[in-house]
Amino acid sequence: MSASTLDSDAVADGHWHDSGHNRKGFFTDTSICIGCKACEVACKEWNNNPQDGTFELLGSSYDNTGSLGANTWRHVAFIEQDTERIEAARESGRKLVNLGMPAIRPRPDESAGAQPLGGALGAAASGSTGIAADGNGLPSTPPMGIDLLAPGTLDPSSPEDIAKLDTTPPDTADFRWLMSSDVCKHCTHAGCLDVCPTGALFRTEFDTVVVQNDVCNGCGTCVAGCPFGVIERRDDGTINTPTDRDRKAADMDVPNKNTANKCTLCYDRLVEGQEPACAQTCPTESIKFGDRDDMVDKAHARIAQLHSQGLTEARLYGANPNDGVGGTGSVFLILDEPEVYGLPPDPRVATKDLPQMYAKAGMAALGMVAAAGLAFLGSRR
Amino acid sequence: MVEDVEFTSYYGRPIVKAPPWGDEISLYLFLGGLAGGSSLLGLGAQFSDRPGLRIATRFTAITATGIGGAALVADLGRPERFLNMMRVFKVSSPMSMGTWILSGFGVGSGILAAIEVDRLTGEKLLPLGPLRAVLHAFETPAALESALFATPLAAYTGALLGDTAVPTWNAAGRNGLSYVFVSSAAVAAGGAAMALVSVREAGPARLFALGGAAGEMIAMDQMKKRMHPAEVDPMEEGEPGHKLHRAEKLLIAGAIGTAVAEVGARVFAKKLGGGWKTRTALRALSVVSGAALAAASAYTRFGVLEAGIESTKDPRHVVEPQHARLAERRARGIVDDSITTGV
Repeated sequence: MSASTLDSDAVADGHWHDSGHNRKGFFTDTSICIGCKACEVACKEWNNNPQDGTFELLGSSYDNTGSLGANTWRHVAFIEQDTERIEAARESGRKLVNLGMPAIRPRPDESAGAQPLGGALGAAASGSTGIAADGNGLPSTPPMGIDLLAPGTLDPSSPEDIAKLDTTPPDTADFRWLMSSDVCKHCTHAGCLDVCPTGALFRTEFDTVVVQNDVCNGCGTCVAGCPFGVIERRDDGTINTPTDRDRKAADMDVPNKNTANKCTLCYDRLVEGQEPACAQTCPTESIKFGDRDDMVDKAHARIAQLHSQGLTEARLYGANPNDGVGGTGSVFLILDEPEVYGLPPDPRVATKDLPQMYAKAGMAALGMVAAAGLAFLGSRR
Repeated sequence: MVEDVEFTSYYGRPIVKAPPWGDEISLYLFLGGLAGGSSLLGLGAQFSDRPGLRIATRFTAITATGIGGAALVADLGRPERFLNMMRVFKVSSPMSMGTWILSGFGVGSGILAAIEVDRLTGEKLLPLGPLRAVLHAFETPAALESALFATPLAAYTGALLGDTAVPTWNAAGRNGLSYVFVSSAAVAAGGAAMALVSVREAGPARLFALGGAAGEMIAMDQMKKRMHPAEVDPMEEGEPGHKLHRAEKLLIAGAIGTAVAEVGARVFAKKLGGGWKTRTALRALSVVSGAALAAASAYTRFGVLEAGIESTKDPRHVVEPQHARLAERRARGIVDDSITTGV
């Protein structure tokens, strides 16, 4: 169990022991995302990022952005699901809770998530103290069509109020829209950072991962190193932001061309004490920004609340310090399996396997020397 | 826990991104192996007094290093910043380690090539003056130095591709891609030397190539068996699959030709000085077999690189193996290390 080592690991990686800053991060609560894409716009504007593509329609619901990339650092995914998929999501979420992992239990705000995993596992070991709405320790599935935004639904102090809600299925009862704003995960163990051969990628005093575009030589190793497909080399793109319109076409150079680009968690804003552009603009506070510990606490509190309302499809992504990347700086609450959103279900930073790969390379090298030696010894003149 | 037969994806879009690596990188993988293997043959040739083999392998090594290095620089987004690679020495980055290995290799290899050029020009052409003696005094140290970096040069590329989130490369790297690559390097270097050097002197090159061929077949087979089927598929299908199958055929054909040439060279050892027909036939067989082996090595490198790029395009190659390993850990009772949590 290394739950408590999470942040010290990240700090040690960056050698920022005395910076006096806490690790910063996002908590993206997709259950209250309305798909307005204000985050995408704010991100593009603030970071002066070129447009992707030629504004074509991609045929994927309202998502005409496609994916995260060199020029797109926030990407809102849209998924349309029918009853069958909703039930499947609820079932897979229930399985996740049933794994012997910590049971659902209400968290007082003060203690919630201070030791997320250890504390929760402890609770599981000492017998479930979770909310047991039915016999198997899980809340019963409520009728379809609960409006998450309806008054009372989101009020953590009154989960019983769910009974008083108007549960008459609206005309979209057999359908739901998943909307999720994806972003760089700012991993505790960042694959892109580990493999960067120039030191262009570095860990900031906020424990985020940022590219120095004046150092990057565009080798592209980080692109392969990212388990989430976030970072990318900016090989093309056009730019014509409102302030640029008076410039000649020849002047409209794409900034930082042919170097790796990705979300900086608005490093330039953080050093000024500001919050990232996407979080500031988000009208529903689906994107929350703050100290990473607080974000994880909020995530745990929110998931407990949703589960208590019977929404077992809700799950956290990136809040576990024992996962393959040591937990992510950007934590998500999602409502279906990660791959539904285009997220990897079990990402693992490749650096974890590197010692073993170097050992194999060493063995291979010795074998090659031996083979060459034998070739000369076995050869006649 | 049963593995999911079907999976959902986000409109079939890729989950991980392919690095912007093209043919230049495949070419470099081939040339790096060729250079490393040639350097070892050159060292052996120096100590066993085979001047033809020594000269040919040293020139092969420096040519491959030069072209390979140029290919690496050309593939950068900002080639003018290639020296930024030397800002850091970073063990967690195989690309950084490779830069230092290639540079270290290039120093010794360059000195050896200069010495050979000087010898071939009768030690008169190069305006070295008193430095000539110094240069030649460095022959053995340079040969040892370049040989020291030779095997890491041939082997590290397995870790370079393995240390990524690209499913086929990562799985291959964990399951012995370096064994495949050093074997392929021996095949390439042995094959090139067979094509360039007389049958009489190329004995070690033939044995080196045969050892490499056997090693590559075994290592490739073992590696594929240990990988998840969804990670192997890109190596079997499509254009990368064609290339790897072609590599296998060329490898087998070249190895048979090499074996015949080796047996011929031993049986007719006494006649090699005299019968020109035997000599010419064996020489021709050597050239053809050597070229086939070198081509096999090149196809292997192009095939493996392209298979990895291909494996990023369909999220199936990412999701299925990850589901499988998650389920496998859960079956063993490890339930605390998933990125997705219920609380």
